[in-house]
Amino acid sequence: MAERKIRILIAKPGLDGHDRGAKVIARALRDAGYEVIYTGLRQSPEQIAAAAVSEDVDAVGISVLSGAHGYLFPRIIELLREQGADDILVFGGGIIPDADIPVLKAAGVAELFTPGTPLADIINFLRERYPE
Amino acid sequence: MLHKEQAGFDELLARGQNNDKRAIGRMISCIETGGTADHHMMQQLWSHTGRARIVGITGSPGTGKSTLADRMVKYWLTKGYRIGVIAVDPSSPFTGGAILGDRVRMNDLALVHEVYIRSMSARGQLGGLSLACSGAVGVLDACGYDIVLIETVGVGQSEVAIMNVADLVLVISVPGLGDDVQAIKAGILEIGDVFGVNKADLPGADRTAKELKAMLDMNPNMGEHQPPVLMVSAERSQGVDELCDAILENYAWMEESGELLKRRNRRLREELLSYMQDRVYRQVLAPVIENDSFDKNIKDFLSHARNPYVWAGEIADRMEEKLK
Repeated sequence: MAERKIRILIAKPGLDGHDRGAKVIARALRDAGYEVIYTGLRQSPEQIAAAAVSEDVDAVGISVLSGAHGYLFPRIIELLREQGADDILVFGGGIIPDADIPVLKAAGVAELFTPGTPLADIINFLRERYPE
Repeated sequence: MLHKEQAGFDELLARGQNNDKRAIGRMISCIETGGTADHHMMQQLWSHTGRARIVGITGSPGTGKSTLADRMVKYWLTKGYRIGVIAVDPSSPFTGGAILGDRVRMNDLALVHEVYIRSMSARGQLGGLSLACSGAVGVLDACGYDIVLIETVGVGQSEVAIMNVADLVLVISVPGLGDDVQAIKAGILEIGDVFGVNKADLPGADRTAKELKAMLDMNPNMGEHQPPVLMVSAERSQGVDELCDAILENYAWMEESGELLKRRNRRLREELLSYMQDRVYRQVLAPVIENDSFDKNIKDFLSHARNPYVWAGEIADRMEEKLK
């Protein structure tokens, strides 16, 4: 039987329909040997938290380009906490102004990757969190 | 099993029976991981299993298996069933990584209390899929799910492996894949209990259904009980009710005729064999071969300095000697 793989949910909440970034990340994580669960566009925070819990993922990566990050990230973290799943790491990326980053981190977001971040940085971040 | 672990299992199971997805997710992860914890879990689960109807869905990539599974779950929900879905996608043979994307078609179900969905990668290790998959089925069965749907990866050799996990197999075909009918002849046609021609709103669906029926007629192994062929359009939610009813009618026939028992008998035998192979490998063989000298040996074999088959035979003999 297989060894436990690190499982990561890549989710795209809210109304913006640009999922290229999320798909590129999903692909990069796959190539780095992770099991990526991809749920597609326009997910509500409730759907994302439910999927993360059912799939028993180690981490949730959220892509937000709509400007609604100030609501979406904390809401997902809150929902995970309510379901006793606050050990699931939440990270994200997208169009997020620098000024908002400390606020989101204070709300429990582990790391945020803004446009231009090399894919290797994201993978290194995960490798540090989940050493083999 | 330690007292504390027993209490932990009882608590997890009780929560799972109450649709606590966190608990179910944890139990399945434990089984996927393998090892001692998994062994205890399988032992504990056994007495709680045997009630769920296990239905496999298979077919070529892009035939609409996930969309159809979504619609089938929605229909069965109206009948008051609790349904578990295990969706299997391929994993990379090189990195072991995978993108599991079947949930994209089932997002409406994420918040339904009576539905549990789990994505799994095919992983491709010794008995890997079948064992992890049967284990996950066992968890859902023990948690009181009435129907467990297993959606396989697109057609390939591993397709026939669904027989080792499911009670009943639904084979999905679509019109317009001329070669598909050819490809299907080899193995899949023989393992289908119910056939669905999906995308039946497309031209040529009638013909695909007719061809399937014609081929089933020619199959000498089927006896009197012919698998039904149904037209369905998952996208338009047409024919889904009839397909679901046909599946449960077939299931009832399998129960009455003794076919179900026969299959479960064969399946348990297969499952135990691969389970034991896996354990023997981990406990006995892996410690011997999974070390630095194994890699060094491989180099020697490739340069023809030593003979690999002589080496492999010696290892096997040594194991046998130890067991005496």
